[in-house]
Amino acid sequence: MQLTGAEIVIRCLQEEGVEYVFGYPGGAALNIYDELFKQDKVKHVLVRHEQGAVHAADGYSRSSHKVGVALVTSGPGVTNAVTGIATAYMDSVPLVIITGQVPTHAIGQDAFQECDTVGITRPCVKHNFLVKDAKDLAVTIKKAFYLAATGRPGPVLVDIPKDITQARAEFSYPKTVSLRSYNPVTKGHAGQIKKAVQLLLDAKRPMVYAGGGVILNNASPQLTRLVRLLGFPCTNTLMGLGGFPGTDPQFTGMLGMHGTFESNMAMQNCDVLLAIGARFDDRVIGNPAHYFRSDRRIIHIDIDPSSISKRVKVDVPIVGYVADVMDEMLKIIESSNVRPDAAALKSWWGEIKEWQRKDCLKYDRKSNLIKPQYVIEKLYEITKGDAFVTSDVGQHQMWAAQYYKFDKPRRWINSGGLGTMGFGLPAAMGVQLVNPGATVACVTGEASIQMCIQELSTCKQYHLPIKIVNLNNRYMGMVRQWQEFFYGNRYAESYMDALPDFVKLSEAYGHVGLKIEKPNDVEGALKEAFKQKERLVFLDFITDQAENVFPMIPGGKGLTEMILAEEL
Amino acid sequence: MSRMTIVTAGSDDVVEQITKQLNKLVEVVKVIDLTDGNHIERELMLVKVRAAGKDREEMKRLADIFRGSILDVTDKSYTIELTGTGSKLDAFLQAMEPGMILETVRTGASGIGRGERILRV
Repeated sequence: MQLTGAEIVIRCLQEEGVEYVFGYPGGAALNIYDELFKQDKVKHVLVRHEQGAVHAADGYSRSSHKVGVALVTSGPGVTNAVTGIATAYMDSVPLVIITGQVPTHAIGQDAFQECDTVGITRPCVKHNFLVKDAKDLAVTIKKAFYLAATGRPGPVLVDIPKDITQARAEFSYPKTVSLRSYNPVTKGHAGQIKKAVQLLLDAKRPMVYAGGGVILNNASPQLTRLVRLLGFPCTNTLMGLGGFPGTDPQFTGMLGMHGTFESNMAMQNCDVLLAIGARFDDRVIGNPAHYFRSDRRIIHIDIDPSSISKRVKVDVPIVGYVADVMDEMLKIIESSNVRPDAAALKSWWGEIKEWQRKDCLKYDRKSNLIKPQYVIEKLYEITKGDAFVTSDVGQHQMWAAQYYKFDKPRRWINSGGLGTMGFGLPAAMGVQLVNPGATVACVTGEASIQMCIQELSTCKQYHLPIKIVNLNNRYMGMVRQWQEFFYGNRYAESYMDALPDFVKLSEAYGHVGLKIEKPNDVEGALKEAFKQKERLVFLDFITDQAENVFPMIPGGKGLTEMILAEEL
Repeated sequence: MSRMTIVTAGSDDVVEQITKQLNKLVEVVKVIDLTDGNHIERELMLVKVRAAGKDREEMKRLADIFRGSILDVTDKSYTIELTGTGSKLDAFLQAMEPGMILETVRTGASGIGRGERILRV
């Protein structure tokens, strides 16, 4: 059957079972939009800025494990989308981004709304394609979905010139696709797995360090079983929160720059470290030389060989899907009677409990000002720990990560790698669409929220009852904190004068706005907001301007060189 | 399919990371480090030099010493073809007064394993 390129694009999306496409139309994408209009299987969500489209597709994917899809036009449509694409790339989120392009004969002629999409996006996609013949469209889109979701996931971009969307070609959607040069190793090496299990069973001071790879590979059940079976302490990275239950007694909290005292001390002092789907990045191990200990053995399971021994040398590398590798480990451990040395483990837990007594997340609960930590604690209580929480980037993000205990994976949605302010609200839209009826909160700050605030309009159009928790301290808080600690209190451009009245702003967009100025009003306001199941409520919490995030490891310092709240 | 020889520099760790990153590219079929074993590498250079008067004979001699061949001749210039490792080509250029070189074009290295070592894909 002969179809136009635009018809083929839509048929492909239907074949892939795509529910929602997040996008924004424009000249080069008009043929595709015309075909979207003529059908109702694939629903389109019209955002207000292309960055929002990609973040929404991203939130959709992170909270559901489906591939997110965004559709934008050429030129500025693409350049606006780049921040979203780079965000997804850094956090390994499977997306397919379809971009309009000027007609093939106009490429390279500085045509209206032309840009070199493939060139601009090359460093921030897993792969990209420029389709030059309509008969290649179906197989290219199939490849895009396959590449996005397999191996280490990531965004894949398909650039389609306008004349290709008009040209006709025979359509048949391939059931499978294989690429000669793309064969990720998915099964771990049996010998390495045995070696790893032996090390774990011999460990006296073990530590499990699990990251976003556990979430992406749906490996939380395996991780939870493994950690409980062994009786080891477990920490999660910012991206891994919810991968192991946050309320489990074996969970020691997040690690790294703003991790707990106990997690960082245990990371440093362990004799066997099991790293799973994590990458020892600079916010976790700020100083690899300081971290090095000749008597520590490190096992590292990851799907991406280039993440292994990149910053920290490991002793037992295992390349493969983390779920499969942990399944194999569980099989070996469960089929034998050998268990870790109970006495050694008991004394190790004794050390950890000693570190926990520091109570590193304590804060002043008697203040007359609203403490941001208190807002998050109340948010946790009122949502019974069962909300989807998205966040922007900065202090509020760290407080949400520290004080909201995630028991389930895919509940904590944030931009960890790229650190993209403006991510939270559009991501929450995708989360709410794929989880209708679920409680979705966007924890943000008055600086971050303004970077994609236009999406309040999208929320109105699609009736998305997101609850925005704005921790408003009138500063770019994390920037201010660094300036206080490292730049002699010189607050260069981190204070925002002339903030909008967020209550009025929310009302102008057709939502409910609440301003909360006293600690005693926090709980009531949150309760009132979450009662409104049908409405978006913007909660503007006026918080303590001087509050800092603790513990903190200054950039480039070792895990044990933490600054604690009481030390200042 | 194409085969590329990429020349780079770095510690073992850096080269390992470069190899892994190249392998990560979706279209890359195979990556090998030729310097893991013995290998041969060659680069082709075409260089146009001044060859007038007393320099003419000297240029011919220099080309012979470096086992180059003269591909094109005018009454004022020679175009010399030279093959070898990058450092041999560098040495040839350094052996000449800078003012004598009119134009240079180089291919970059092509490498292959020595002996029985074969790259199959």
